[in-house]
Amino acid sequence: MTEVTEPLVELRQVSLAYGRGPEAMLALADATLSIAKGEFIAVVGPSGCGKSTLMKLVTGLLPPTSGEVRVHGQKVTKPIRGVGMAFQNPTLMPWRTTMDNILLPLEVVEPYKRDFKARRAEYVARVEALLKSVGLGGFGDKFPWQLSGGMQQRSNLCRALVHEPEILMLDEPFGALDAFTREDLWGVMQKLWLDRKFTAVLVTHDLREAVYLADTIYVMSKRPGRVLVRREIDLPRPRTLESTFDPKFVDIVHELRDVIRREYAI
Amino acid sequence: MTDNQRHYLKIAMPWLVMAVLLLIWEVACIVFDVPEIILPRPTRIFEVFIARFDILLRFCLETFWTTAAGFALAIVFGLLLGLAIGASPFVYSGLYPLMIGFNAIPKVAIVPILMIWLGVGAAPAIITAFVISFFPIVVNVATGLATIEPEMRDVMRSLGATQYEILTKVGIPRAMPYLFASLKVAITLAFIGSVISETVGGNRGIGFLMLSAGARNDTATTFAGLFAIAIMGVLMYAVCAWVEQRMTKWAFRGEVAV
Repeated sequence: MTEVTEPLVELRQVSLAYGRGPEAMLALADATLSIAKGEFIAVVGPSGCGKSTLMKLVTGLLPPTSGEVRVHGQKVTKPIRGVGMAFQNPTLMPWRTTMDNILLPLEVVEPYKRDFKARRAEYVARVEALLKSVGLGGFGDKFPWQLSGGMQQRSNLCRALVHEPEILMLDEPFGALDAFTREDLWGVMQKLWLDRKFTAVLVTHDLREAVYLADTIYVMSKRPGRVLVRREIDLPRPRTLESTFDPKFVDIVHELRDVIRREYAI
Repeated sequence: MTDNQRHYLKIAMPWLVMAVLLLIWEVACIVFDVPEIILPRPTRIFEVFIARFDILLRFCLETFWTTAAGFALAIVFGLLLGLAIGASPFVYSGLYPLMIGFNAIPKVAIVPILMIWLGVGAAPAIITAFVISFFPIVVNVATGLATIEPEMRDVMRSLGATQYEILTKVGIPRAMPYLFASLKVAITLAFIGSVISETVGGNRGIGFLMLSAGARNDTATTFAGLFAIAIMGVLMYAVCAWVEQRMTKWAFRGEVAV
């Protein structure tokens, strides 16, 4: 992302403390970053560095203790609209089929909600197309617990994207999968992003995953989390598993690994 | 043993155990020459059961209706209160300690009070069945709601879902297996409640029949009533278990149910 555009999401000196008074614990300190429209950013750092907190702040699920979060230039005070979220735990509802799970955002989000009943057939077709694009064509009538972990996570991505959100939040979505499935899903994720060009925030502790997917990587410090390094990744797209063995790719991973090692060396 | 034989043996097991127990009972009564007024033999109870089947059935049906009415009330109010307690931390902290205190009161103690208020008849039995079976339903429904995964809630909130939508789309479906699991417990409790009420003071139902048979030293009829209650209890439990299986298939998934 080289063109200069007004940032879609801006964090200005945002900090967040959990709890109150003397027991308050600072999870995030002075985080400042901005995300351009259509940019794919990754936030990396080991557990407990406030990565997930950062994500909740951007979506307005948590109000910051100080500083401000702006989306579209508007200060965020409550959960913002037009966000898709996917967590490490797929959180699909076991009483709904995969199809009905993915339809859920359309039942809740305006303007889809308004004529959900009338346009159901159209929405079902849309979900089917989406399922097909992640390699799950024909699995709509299966229940989530009949799917493998990787398939559940694919469905989870579909649910996060079906209402065409402007911003997609990914909180270690591939963290619980085996290495092969994970690498497979990086490709799926990249394809979805290249096709739709949403803005994405990926929280992860996997450096290769971050370098594979992101345009810009932010490395977080130990708690309380600050942004240590901002690194733009200018590797050509689409990136493939082959490119993860490319010396340039490997160099970036090493460089980031070094930053983290220095920060976390005791 | 083949798999098939194992399967049938498993089904037959409860019947076999029951038959053995009844046999031991029968033999013990004959060997030790136990008088019928103390402990009638199972064959004698069975005889009375058949001979007085019409009376037993009539009194059982009375008990059944009061139990069913109390149980229905318990489901309606238990569900509503469970939803309220599970959905709102304020209602929870306000009502939960009170409910635990109330649940600790032996329900036999309130029957005389109910009789002062409502007189003798079906009403005290219905209310007793209701208050005794209401608690597990409330607790289970509230637990089902309170244990929604925070991430599921975050997904809904980030979609802009209202509290009402979170309740109807996540909370209630998720609480259903908890509700149905509690019904199995609650129906047996409801039975206990209505029989207690009939026994403490009443003019109807199987509890009353047993009490008056006991007063006439007709021990065989009392035992026949006991068996009738047990049969009804098992049947009602089976109905609840069947409904549970049907309504919340997803919660079973061939593994251990939650």
